[in-house]
Amino acid sequence: MTLAKGDLQDVLREMLLIRRFEEKVEERFRAGELPGFLHVAIGQEASAVGVCRALEDGDVIASTHRAHGHTLAKGTHPNELMAELYGKQEGCSHGYGGSMHLYDVERGNLGANAVVGGGLPQITGAALAFKLRGEPRVAVSFFGDGATNIGTFHEALNLAQLWTVPAVFVLEDNKWAESTPESQHSPIRDLSDRAKAFGMKALKADGQDVEVVYKTARKALDHARGGEGPVFVHLDCVRFHGHYIGDPQVYRDKDEAKKLAETRDPIARLREKLEVSDEDFSALDAEVTEIVEASVEFAKAGTDPAPEDALKNIYA
Amino acid sequence: MPELTYREAVRDALSTAMRQDDDVFIMGEDIAEMGGSMGVTAGMLDEFGPERVRNTPISEMALAGAAIGAAVQGMRPVAEIMYEDFLTLAAEQIVNQAAKHRYMSGGQVTVPVTFRTQGGAGWSPGAQHAQQLEAWFVHIPGLKVVFASTPEDARGLLWSAIYDDNPVVFFEHRTLYPLKGDVPEEIEPIPIGRARVHREGEDVTVIATGRLLHESLKAAEEAEGDGISVEVVDPRTLQPLDEETLVTSVKKTNRAVVAHEAVTRMGFGAEVASVLQYQAFDWLDAPIERVGAKFAPLPFAPVMEQFVVPHAEDVLTAIKRTVGKA
Repeated sequence: MTLAKGDLQDVLREMLLIRRFEEKVEERFRAGELPGFLHVAIGQEASAVGVCRALEDGDVIASTHRAHGHTLAKGTHPNELMAELYGKQEGCSHGYGGSMHLYDVERGNLGANAVVGGGLPQITGAALAFKLRGEPRVAVSFFGDGATNIGTFHEALNLAQLWTVPAVFVLEDNKWAESTPESQHSPIRDLSDRAKAFGMKALKADGQDVEVVYKTARKALDHARGGEGPVFVHLDCVRFHGHYIGDPQVYRDKDEAKKLAETRDPIARLREKLEVSDEDFSALDAEVTEIVEASVEFAKAGTDPAPEDALKNIYA
Repeated sequence: MPELTYREAVRDALSTAMRQDDDVFIMGEDIAEMGGSMGVTAGMLDEFGPERVRNTPISEMALAGAAIGAAVQGMRPVAEIMYEDFLTLAAEQIVNQAAKHRYMSGGQVTVPVTFRTQGGAGWSPGAQHAQQLEAWFVHIPGLKVVFASTPEDARGLLWSAIYDDNPVVFFEHRTLYPLKGDVPEEIEPIPIGRARVHREGEDVTVIATGRLLHESLKAAEEAEGDGISVEVVDPRTLQPLDEETLVTSVKKTNRAVVAHEAVTRMGFGAEVASVLQYQAFDWLDAPIERVGAKFAPLPFAPVMEQFVVPHAEDVLTAIKRTVGKA
């Protein structure tokens, strides 16, 4: 299944919105307005948008510490996301979570996870619940290449395949585990081999090409939904920026990042394919920038939680 | 009133819940054909089938995490962690995930999962199969912690744990599985957060959990012979803690002993002692005594193991110290 041209225009808009949103987050963080520890996924918008667009209502995702894009792509309003980053009650986690713990359960976002690999076993469990109840739903986990070294990854994939649950494991392989390159964290070059070792179906795709991501995700979701078991989706991605906002990236060749941004930008790629004129692109940019600016205004005008609200929501 | 063993009582709570509710299922290592390493789930595979009595690989992170994931979708899984020692392997999922989802989401997520586990010394498994780690989990906001010491409590509390909308870590003591006791005809849920006074007394209160409850009851009998009247209270749930019942008892007796099998240092008894000294300071006539394991890993040789963990005589000695008769 492929995306129609009108849908692709919308995809371009969504990716650009995520890009501008994250650039704004960087700017506001550097201005000292945002507390906490923030990670942007600038360059990886195609993965978030391509996968989330392929989901059906009722499908769920678990995200990572690099979650802004996934959260927006799964349907959370930019206002609610920005409000969360400002620690406001109007935020998608009501000020309890922050950038690394973005939730929107109503929209199927089971939460971003600040423990690398932490969400994977729970996606296996969500998929198990769908299977036990006979519901045609799929549970999807995003994670990076760094997560493929942690026990939860291996245990979660093993169990998912053993029990043939409807789960899709989306590896956003940006070749960096924080500051550690893949050559230093993995003894094998093709991380799909790890899924294949469990007997899991593995699909590889260019994570910078949103159409390819979408098509691959559809295929994986259909397979899982059809009761044929989980699928590993290996996306070749590029992280343009550092691990966290403010990361000086002393470990990385500056030219490499710059070159990748010039040659493998998913937004530039789709824009070129759709032959969007400078004028139309500027109009689109202005439109999404306005949404982002409005989200900052919304967030700043939001309600601070009372200090003692910290004692709520601990138990049901 | 029917009589059940502690083992049968746990099984009865699981089976009854599974008969009436499709959302309840159990998962764990060797729980199906083998019936669990302690025989708790024996026969359940035949009744409920492999979809609801799920054998898992030796894979604590995945089994704990999968139970959490299914619970977030509204099911009520009961995951068996074969030995408490292996809670350390599942700790990331229990501590960072189950305990915190509701909070981190600002109240959007509910995690009605139960982790059953067991431990306890007295059979010389050595240092990695009999630890008592309940205090670790009491330290985590978001978790509830239960430690059952009788068949009736095991059944009624496990029922409440399964139907609690929060993650519950449910501790069983290995040496108690064969213990028989009367239980109500029908399951009567025991509210989480309510202590039980097992024996009334006037001179000293012993607050004890798990195996040490039974050791304390023995010690209380002996103390009676020496003219010391002992009240014995089991908190049963460690989080939330029924402070009121404990404090009321100590205000009556003016003396307290806290006893558990876990290592004394930083054990649950330290918290109980703190609660008592703060809320009953003016009523206390003696320092609060603490009984627990010596600060050593559990050794293999039976004589060393018996030396490390506490027994009735240790409780008796503590009781006597509080009344100046040691």
